[in-house]
Amino acid sequence: MKKVKQIRVSKPFDLLSEELVFIILDLISPNSSDLKSFSLTCKWFYQLESKHRRSLKPLRSDYLPRILTRYRNTTDLDLTFCPRVTDYALSVVGCLCGPTLHSLDLSRSGSFSAAGLLRLAVKCVNLVEIDLSNATEMRDADAAVVAEARSLERLKLGRCKMLTDMGIGCIAVGCKKLNMVSLKWCVGVGDLGVGLLAVKCKDIRTLDLSYLPITGKCLHDILKLQHLEELLLEGCFGVDDDSLKSLRHDCKSLKKLDASSCQNLTHKGLTSLLSGAACLQRLDLAHCSSVISLDFASSLKKVSALQSIGLDGCSVTPDGLKAIGTLCNSLKEVSLSKCVSVTDEGLSSLVMKLKDLRKLDITCCRKLSGVSITQIANSCPLLVSLKMESCSLVSREAFWLIGQKCRLLEELDLTDNEIDDEGLKSISSCLSLSSLKLGICLNITDKGLSYIGMGCSNLRELDLYRSVGITDVGISTIAQGCIHLETINISYCQDITDKSLVSLSKCSLLQTFESRGCPNITSQGLAAIAVRCKRLAKVDLKKCPSINDSGLLALAHFSQNLKQINVSDTAVTEVGLLSLANIGCLQNIAVVISSGLSPSGVAAALLGCGGLRKAKLHASLRSLLPLSLIHHLEARGCAFLWKDNTLQVLFKW
Amino acid sequence: METEDDLCHNNWGSSSSKSREPGSSDGGNQTFAGFTSQQKWEDASILDYEMGVEPTLQVFDEMKASGQANVDFLQGVRAQAWDPRTMLSNLSFMEQKIHQLQDLVHLLVGRGGQVQGRQDELAAQQQQLITTDLTSIIIQLISTAGSLLPSVKHNMSTAPGPYTGQPGSALFPYAREANNVASQSQNNNNCGGQEFDLPKPVVVDERESHVVEEHEMKDEDDAEEGENLPPGSYEILQLEKEEILAPHTHFCTICGKGFKRDANLRMHMRGHGDEYKTAAALAKPNKESVPGSEPMLIKRYSCPFLGCKRNKEHKKFQPLKTILCVKNHYKRTHCDKSFTCSRCHTKKFSVIADLKTHEKHCGKNKWLCSCGTTFSRKDKLFGHIALFQGHTPAIPLEETKTSASTSAQRGSSEGGNNNQGMVGFNLGSASNANQETAQPGMTDGKISFEEPFSPMNFDTCNFGGFHEFPRLMFDDSESSFQMLIANACGFSPRNVGESVSDTSL
Repeated sequence: MKKVKQIRVSKPFDLLSEELVFIILDLISPNSSDLKSFSLTCKWFYQLESKHRRSLKPLRSDYLPRILTRYRNTTDLDLTFCPRVTDYALSVVGCLCGPTLHSLDLSRSGSFSAAGLLRLAVKCVNLVEIDLSNATEMRDADAAVVAEARSLERLKLGRCKMLTDMGIGCIAVGCKKLNMVSLKWCVGVGDLGVGLLAVKCKDIRTLDLSYLPITGKCLHDILKLQHLEELLLEGCFGVDDDSLKSLRHDCKSLKKLDASSCQNLTHKGLTSLLSGAACLQRLDLAHCSSVISLDFASSLKKVSALQSIGLDGCSVTPDGLKAIGTLCNSLKEVSLSKCVSVTDEGLSSLVMKLKDLRKLDITCCRKLSGVSITQIANSCPLLVSLKMESCSLVSREAFWLIGQKCRLLEELDLTDNEIDDEGLKSISSCLSLSSLKLGICLNITDKGLSYIGMGCSNLRELDLYRSVGITDVGISTIAQGCIHLETINISYCQDITDKSLVSLSKCSLLQTFESRGCPNITSQGLAAIAVRCKRLAKVDLKKCPSINDSGLLALAHFSQNLKQINVSDTAVTEVGLLSLANIGCLQNIAVVISSGLSPSGVAAALLGCGGLRKAKLHASLRSLLPLSLIHHLEARGCAFLWKDNTLQVLFKW
Repeated sequence: METEDDLCHNNWGSSSSKSREPGSSDGGNQTFAGFTSQQKWEDASILDYEMGVEPTLQVFDEMKASGQANVDFLQGVRAQAWDPRTMLSNLSFMEQKIHQLQDLVHLLVGRGGQVQGRQDELAAQQQQLITTDLTSIIIQLISTAGSLLPSVKHNMSTAPGPYTGQPGSALFPYAREANNVASQSQNNNNCGGQEFDLPKPVVVDERESHVVEEHEMKDEDDAEEGENLPPGSYEILQLEKEEILAPHTHFCTICGKGFKRDANLRMHMRGHGDEYKTAAALAKPNKESVPGSEPMLIKRYSCPFLGCKRNKEHKKFQPLKTILCVKNHYKRTHCDKSFTCSRCHTKKFSVIADLKTHEKHCGKNKWLCSCGTTFSRKDKLFGHIALFQGHTPAIPLEETKTSASTSAQRGSSEGGNNNQGMVGFNLGSASNANQETAQPGMTDGKISFEEPFSPMNFDTCNFGGFHEFPRLMFDDSESSFQMLIANACGFSPRNVGESVSDTSL
């Protein structure tokens, strides 16, 4: 069709200016397949598309020379799909991108060294952002090379465990413009390195120091930073009251503080930590060791403008919650997940004060009953997100009120609750609902689901895990009403057959499809989904014994975006596996099948899937596959997981 | 002054015109030696640009070597007091040397423009190098002139100290005075006139040169050197070797138990009866003698080892102050070093206290700053870095995987300089680029199939018996292959696409 256009009118695009085409490209760029067909239209379009594209996410580092020659204006290069990026590849990036490159993500890549980084730092003088997370082999000498990238502003070094203060010191001195630094899990970095960073890089806005062996000492320097907005101190056990005692600061810019899992921080230390942070908006105190009592809540006096507080996993008293409600009445987000001690009284007194509440997480607060839910529904009309998994004491009637009062709900997690069809009917009036989780809700049937299908046309995510009352009828109403559906989980819904899959194939935006343990699903249904749902990225078909090679063949031909697949305990053989090698971006594969797979077939399939990162295989294959092959694949960036189900089977029997 | 200047000129001219037989005499060989060392020195300075601080030591070594050569050369001059040929070769050697120095200065001037932002100490270093070189040239000049003029010659012969004794050390202490002269006599033509003032700093009396010598030897002994007691004013004691090496020196007269300290023995003696418990018995034995008005003869000790300078038979005998000094001296100088450091396994000691002192610091991280300053404590280093702009922590060399990367890194941090390391990298990339252009189909894997497990493109290398496996399978979805397969299988992707868009509308 497009070819015809090109032949018929010789120069039809003379009137079309580059700017206009760029605007068109801006609009179609979210869909990569559209971009592809656009650039295949004619040479001019091809060139324009090459000129227009700014960000690249290649599947293999081997292609880098080619694609970087084509896309000369690449500013953002994301190499997370390339497990193996050699120094040569980095030098190619350095030579071909040069000063145009602004951002580079190497967080999931390995096998590069200081030499490659040096090439990059020297050639790409405008490099602003680099993500070197998970470079567990990185040493101080390599960090010193990173310090050569003088214009660096955002740097992520998560899990660079070999780094010490010396390396961070080099970076601190070299990269003066840094404003975002993440050192999460850099367990070799201590007070001195972090302190130097704060002294040398005055522009730091975001600093992630999670799980670092730092004490309160370096916080004296850090809180002097003029522009600091986010400070993450998750799991810093060294930050204790003693080292914070003398801390007096005036960090007006601080907006977000994460002090979760700081085991040695009590309300005394927190008081001095919050003393100068008058403008703090978000505070996370999850898994705090001390009880959230009246005393503790008094440390929040200085931060009355707080908008979000996280108290997950803390033990809270009703008094404490009440005090928080009075002190910080502008709270918009409250997270109390896994706070087993939360009672109806405490939560009611908290939410009563919070008219503005948008997000509430009360996952696993098992003591709560319908009283709290009624109070929430009555006092928080603006609620957008409510997560109440496993609040099993809540009665069916309470859910009717949620639907009636909280019409703005977008996210609702009702996993493992007593909700029934009437409740769903009420909830279906939340027109903007986009995520609904109804796992293990044994009281719901097709009827309830049909209300959702008719009402919530914006639904993107639906979880029906083990909601055994659901059949094909319910799914087909969802598929008809919610055409924007992206994620669906129908695992262990035993009554579901191919009909559901055929109807679900209408949801062309579907990305995640989980149907674990559905014995009636066959390859035909899978093929229907594969043909129509082009964006399919994650498929779980474990324990679907009727799925065989023909289903995988269809997937291999049509689902070119597939990243993750689980075909354990199915009738798949090496033929189906081999066909999967056609999918370029396949990263995760789980094939735990005890019989029917020949080692050579598996070997060929594994070799064929060039971008594989994780392979879960049956333990018996471990000895059958050649050791050198396993080494080769591991060197390519693939991790193996050997699973032996015989034990579990024995238990079942 | 002028006449002397002229005279000097004449000498210069005549001697150089008289004979031009190169390397005929002893001095000629010396010239050659000096020349080569000079060449090395220049090389070292170039190296210095790339390697930063490290080779400075080397440079100084080279300098010393050249100084040594100069001195040898001077000795040669004096040995054959007045020989025009020697004189000529000497002069030509000096001329050569001055030319070299001139070249070096030229080089530095040329570089000075490029390396504006260079650290100060490097510049100071260069200056120092030049001045020391100038100094040696001037000293040569003096001696050459000394062989000419009878008055100077006399002066020289009366003061043999600095030249004969310790050449290397004698040259340097006067570098400063010589510097002044050097700066005055930058153009070599008028050097003759001023030379006559020079012998003054060169003349050193025996004692001073001796002190220099002591410093040079770095004597480890505890005894102070500046004591200078007149001989005979003290009593000399000499312990026997066995006595020195005995573990105990104080023995109980009753039970025979040995002690290291007299005080311990006295404490021990209390157990043998009440008579040892009196204040007098417990008091330090020689204490009462000190306040005594009669001048007690001071005790000094001699080392039993014959030929040792601490032995009283030595003509420059230096006595040891205490018994402890004797013990330590004897063990350190005349005994085997039997204690090895358990950390580095290289350092050996004969005194156990020395070993302990060493072990305290051995293996400890030396915290190093890019400016070359070392710190024993990490927090001190970080305080230093926080204080000074542009200083960075220096990563110890053994930690860096490849020395090339570090040298390149340093080079780039110094900026501008096109040093070797960087060139190496550029070459690397160029060859890569060539490879890339020469093999446009690199990604199709055929090339790399033939050389399995090449470190560069490991990904594409083939494995064992899977040659027949179609490479097309790996190809990305951009290729037309997808359509091909789809058609072959009876699916038409285009139709499918249309139908999908129909339903979504």
